[in-house]
Amino acid sequence: MTQRLHELRRSLLVSLWFMLLTFPIMVIRVNTITGTIRWRWANLALIGIGSFLISVVWRYAMQRKTGEVRATGVLAQVGERLGAGAERFRTLVDSPKVRVRLVSGLLAAAVAYPFLTSMYHTNIMITALTYVVLGLGLNIIIGLGGMLHIGYAAFYAIGAYSYALLNMYFGINFWLALPIGAALAGLFSLLIGLPTLRLRGDYLAIVTLAFAEITRLVLQNWQEVTGGAAGIPNIPRPQLFGMTMRLQQTTTFVYFIMLAVVILTIFVVHRLENSRIGRQWVAMKEDYIACQAMGVSIAKAKLTALGIGAIWGGLVGVIFAARTTFINPASFTVWESVIILSTVVLGGMGSIPGVFVGALVLMLLPEYLRPFAQYRMLIFGALLVTMMVFRPGGFIKKRRKAYTISDEERQSVIENDVAAADETKE
Amino acid sequence: MVLDVQKLTMDFGGLRAVDHVDLHIQHGEIVALIGPNGAGKTTFFNCVTGMYKPTGGEIKAGRPEAEIQSIKGLKPHIITKHGLARTFQNIRLFPEMTVLENVMIGRDCRLKSGILGAIFRDPRTRAEEAQVVKDSMLILHKIGLTQWANEAAMNLPYGAQRRLEIARALATEPFLLLLDEPAAGMNPHETRQLVELIRRLRDEENLSIFLIEHDMSLVMNLSERIYVMDYGKLIASGKPEEVKKDPVVIKAYLGEDVSA
Repeated sequence: MTQRLHELRRSLLVSLWFMLLTFPIMVIRVNTITGTIRWRWANLALIGIGSFLISVVWRYAMQRKTGEVRATGVLAQVGERLGAGAERFRTLVDSPKVRVRLVSGLLAAAVAYPFLTSMYHTNIMITALTYVVLGLGLNIIIGLGGMLHIGYAAFYAIGAYSYALLNMYFGINFWLALPIGAALAGLFSLLIGLPTLRLRGDYLAIVTLAFAEITRLVLQNWQEVTGGAAGIPNIPRPQLFGMTMRLQQTTTFVYFIMLAVVILTIFVVHRLENSRIGRQWVAMKEDYIACQAMGVSIAKAKLTALGIGAIWGGLVGVIFAARTTFINPASFTVWESVIILSTVVLGGMGSIPGVFVGALVLMLLPEYLRPFAQYRMLIFGALLVTMMVFRPGGFIKKRRKAYTISDEERQSVIENDVAAADETKE
Repeated sequence: MVLDVQKLTMDFGGLRAVDHVDLHIQHGEIVALIGPNGAGKTTFFNCVTGMYKPTGGEIKAGRPEAEIQSIKGLKPHIITKHGLARTFQNIRLFPEMTVLENVMIGRDCRLKSGILGAIFRDPRTRAEEAQVVKDSMLILHKIGLTQWANEAAMNLPYGAQRRLEIARALATEPFLLLLDEPAAGMNPHETRQLVELIRRLRDEENLSIFLIEHDMSLVMNLSERIYVMDYGKLIASGKPEEVKKDPVVIKAYLGEDVSA
């Protein structure tokens, strides 16, 4: 009980401190024309009560997290139910039958989506799917390879500009530009990766950040080639056998291209992470020195992660250019890289469903929160901070694959070994 | 001979951590390297395994059935592929990977499949992956860790983590196993098990073993030859009984002149 009282007193102090801090801006308003001061005492009361309540909730949540207090009564019941529900859902998803149904249901919904909703919603969904692919690409570098890369938007830009420029100068069409854009992004990633092989952590982050800025500044200032800050207009939309399509049809078409790319990305990333290369990446992330000592070439593992990760940025960059028909360097700022990074961190590093959900939430939430546009950044920041404190693994935490080997197989492995040992003895 | 080190020298700026050390290991031997703290033992290990590039001298190593060749200054992963595997003084497992995956990383340098194989999963890649799982399971069985195969490495008890490091090193198919303080932090029971394990590995896996250790009873009990280092220099070498009586060694350890 005294503990509780103590906590409440702390919260009270916090709210008093906040009232003091915000006093000059929230309470005093000077009318410079009439030269009078208006005292808005109501604001002070609101801040006091608000910060007090938030502080109490925050303290309670922190204590729950560290296990100092246990929930009782209704709260405990709700918590238990939620936990049991999540557990049941997990076992349900683990069974292959349910998984097939779930995935096919999702796929059916995704295919039907553009026909059931308006062009506006389809467009938003295209953006969200774009970030799913960008997130999954960056996830290879950060979530699997453990390299803090905060210049991913550069690859997005390289993809977009390679289509725009190749089309403008050589008339190369969308379908041919797709692989070229992807390859160029991968190539640039390797080029920046080679000299930075020795860098890790913050130092790599600085270099990649600089790389992204340099890319953007080059695009912005190389007036003669890239059109500078004015950008490149009239980029052709994707074509399908030379058919003429109305805007609505093109949007649906782009949606399906994007959907296909998302599926391709998930497929490839899933295969890679459950392979020899995926294992190398994770080992490299977990212990750099032990990984070398166990015979893995760090240089090779790093470069493959950087190259393969960047390809997806280039790929959706091309689609982005074709979809908006106009690009300029302002679309590829550091802010863009930060958003992509947030989708990975928020969703769950290294986890494909995590990044998928993270990107959808991060892209769709602001779109549908437009009425609160003023507070978007505030909500966004609060969400990130709360997530990092209470769920540092992200929405959906990566689970390691369990390799199963049947008992008979295990037995046969052991027996074979015994037999071989006997043979050598004889 | 499986390892032949001649006049190995390692300088860090003005500090000479290893000074003209000669050392060799015959096939099937268990050799220990001892010395007071800061004598340069781990630095010596790091030079042999490629973690550091030695500033002077020569290191040659090779499988017992083949010619020994120079491995001085090669990258660590190439030296591991050549057949020298090591463990670490402070355990360096991949904490969030499963026990089996840890061993599978050890197998990595013997694998061939690449990116395209991973994406398309052609029969060869599938067969290789299945083989890796089997091989790794077998190694876990030999070391006695099968019950934890799918457990995250960090959840293992301390002694099991030490054994897992050995399992992982073993997975690289070495001819020489370098153990950096394998018994550090172990209780007497675990240490006895470790001694048995090391002996068994030497006999069954056709290995030579080179270890750094502070636990004197383990060293005297297990090793067939001992090298003693102090201040980067080799001060004595020979059979355990000889080294135990060597006044220079006693002086290095106790810091006083016994003859006086």
